[in-house]
Amino acid sequence: MTIFSLALTVLVGILVFVLFFHVSNFLLDHFGKRSSKIFKLENSLRVIIFIAPAFIVLFVFIIYPVFETIRLSFYDKIGREFLGWSNYAWAIKDPDFRRSILNNFGWLLIVPTLSTFFGLVIANLADRIWWGTIAKSIIFMPMAISFVGAGVIWKFIYDYRGPGDEQIGLLNAIVVALGFEPQAWLTIPIWNNLFLMAIMIWIQTGLALVIFSAALRSIPSETLDAARIDGASELKIFWSIIIPYLQQTILVIWTIITILVLKVFDIIYAMTNGQWQTEVLANLMYDWMFRGGGDSGRGSVLAFCIMIGVIPILGWNLYQHRKEQKV
Amino acid sequence: MIKKFSISSIFAQLLLLIFVFVWISPTFGLFISSLRDKDVLAISGWWTSFTTTNVNEIYRTEGMESQVEENGYFIIKGKVFEEGSGKLISRFGITSKNIDEFEVGEIAIFKDGSEISIDEKGNYFWRSKEKFTKKKGKRIFVSATSPPSFTLDNYKEVLFKEGLGQAFINTFAVAIPSTLIPLIICSFFAYSLTWMRFFGRDLLLATVIAALVVPLQMSLIPILSIYNDIGALFGVAAKSFPGIWMAHTGFGLASTTFLLWNFLKSLPNEMMEAARVDGATHYDTFIKIVVPLSIPAFASIFILQFLWVWNDLLVGLVFLDKHPSEIILTAKLKELLGSRGENWEILTTGAFISMSVPLLIFFSLQRYFIRGLVAGSVKG
Repeated sequence: MTIFSLALTVLVGILVFVLFFHVSNFLLDHFGKRSSKIFKLENSLRVIIFIAPAFIVLFVFIIYPVFETIRLSFYDKIGREFLGWSNYAWAIKDPDFRRSILNNFGWLLIVPTLSTFFGLVIANLADRIWWGTIAKSIIFMPMAISFVGAGVIWKFIYDYRGPGDEQIGLLNAIVVALGFEPQAWLTIPIWNNLFLMAIMIWIQTGLALVIFSAALRSIPSETLDAARIDGASELKIFWSIIIPYLQQTILVIWTIITILVLKVFDIIYAMTNGQWQTEVLANLMYDWMFRGGGDSGRGSVLAFCIMIGVIPILGWNLYQHRKEQKV
Repeated sequence: MIKKFSISSIFAQLLLLIFVFVWISPTFGLFISSLRDKDVLAISGWWTSFTTTNVNEIYRTEGMESQVEENGYFIIKGKVFEEGSGKLISRFGITSKNIDEFEVGEIAIFKDGSEISIDEKGNYFWRSKEKFTKKKGKRIFVSATSPPSFTLDNYKEVLFKEGLGQAFINTFAVAIPSTLIPLIICSFFAYSLTWMRFFGRDLLLATVIAALVVPLQMSLIPILSIYNDIGALFGVAAKSFPGIWMAHTGFGLASTTFLLWNFLKSLPNEMMEAARVDGATHYDTFIKIVVPLSIPAFASIFILQFLWVWNDLLVGLVFLDKHPSEIILTAKLKELLGSRGENWEILTTGAFISMSVPLLIFFSLQRYFIRGLVAGSVKG
């Protein structure tokens, strides 16, 4: 398609929605005002106009698929024949699946913890230093980059050349300069997972950083000053005042990154595609969606496993929301 | 707060400096590499590009067609380097076994008796008593020092030859509607969740909050099969731009609605009621009061969603063809990682092109970006 026809498609696509709201509301205003008898009807029609598009999208793209995916996980690869638990039984025995579960646990344990930790430390450092704003901006920047872009950046860092050649990957260049043998980092099982996690930590630290920065400003300065006058060291202040004060924020950031890590796909897909024991659930699921024409049953089992991971968070969110609504 | 110049402050600065250094060097290295000559890039680290480096190059001289006859000699003249490269030759050779046999200024003699000399700047002078009869010239090996040099050639190549230019346009065609459509429908949705009374409102809100964390993997298989059915039923392509717009709208709906709802409920209730008393309909109130007040919130949400869509790979892989007319940047980049895994000039440049728009937005609209994130973005 040429740029022109593409632009036209885009424009039409957006206009459809603008026109829907405008025309339907205009018609309602036009006919609604004539008689006050249909005021009630007008109001409920208005509600429908306001809600319908979003609700339909919500239903078709989220609500229905959740139930459909659960249903499909009990069916065969084209979703025709009922198989009972056999897809789940397959998963439990499948070495790739076991490897993915193990790796996902590793990701869940390490990435949110380290990102939150680095974010907190950097936010504290940057807050006290005059060039802190620039530093924050730089550390936050990877947040804007795609996982695939980040993948290329880090693949370049992990690049490997034979021991005799000049290393063009930063990591191997450092390793060689220190007098060690260069390594093909991404192919060393178990450890390579850490090298992939480093990418995610590199990205998500920025998120933790900006949220912590905002939260730090809400700590009353009197409390901090009082502690300083009493002779508390900065480290003591950090552990005894700042950390307890930020508990809620730490939890929020930890949850956000956890949800993200559960679904980690792009990095694995771009860097190793699950080879050398780096498989994770989301990549395995993508694989089964298309492998050999696709297996919707097994793919759904894998998707559902990711869903199970977020259910506690989902419950917690709803509980919090309930509590807020009552207040 | 006045801080004394102390050891702890120096330590803090140093620590932060290390963090900054570690965080910036990957991206910086990529950027520098994308500007380097591809031959140099393949053999030396990007950190060497700021200093003069030693390079060994192979060059083939001109063949018989460019010979001239002078004083009984047949002569071929030419340049090893392009004009203005700034490279300086120290040694050269004429066989692959001994690539730095001669010093600049010395005369090397080929097997056939012809003589060649070369100067520091790379001008060579090759003469023979007999007529040159070969179309191809001879190989010369030069050892030269090369000053730091940067080029935009990689960008030209990647944008036009590798098809990243088209992918760039495609990504815009995906990202703009995928950002605006949810913004439009969610602003009405969030308005009704905040200011309209109707049956089931609380349940709907709870559904949105639940949908915030539902992984999009749960939707991929059913949605793809719906699209395939629609495609088969109407004889249209199952993978299309409108298809991916709606998919992104679906996946971004919960977070967009939630952020807007959070913002709208902070608006003063009196203002809405005053408008209602004056006889304004909900639509009037929405257009004339809510929209103007929500511009900053819209900006934050627009940026978040735009960056999310721009950087997405999975949705683009599942709902768009890999055909050049549909492929998006991230998918293209992944494809290059597979097919051109060793061509770092293409990969680094491609990656930087894919990052250019997010980085531009990041540096120009950082404030809105941060505001949106801090407002509590949880993406499903």
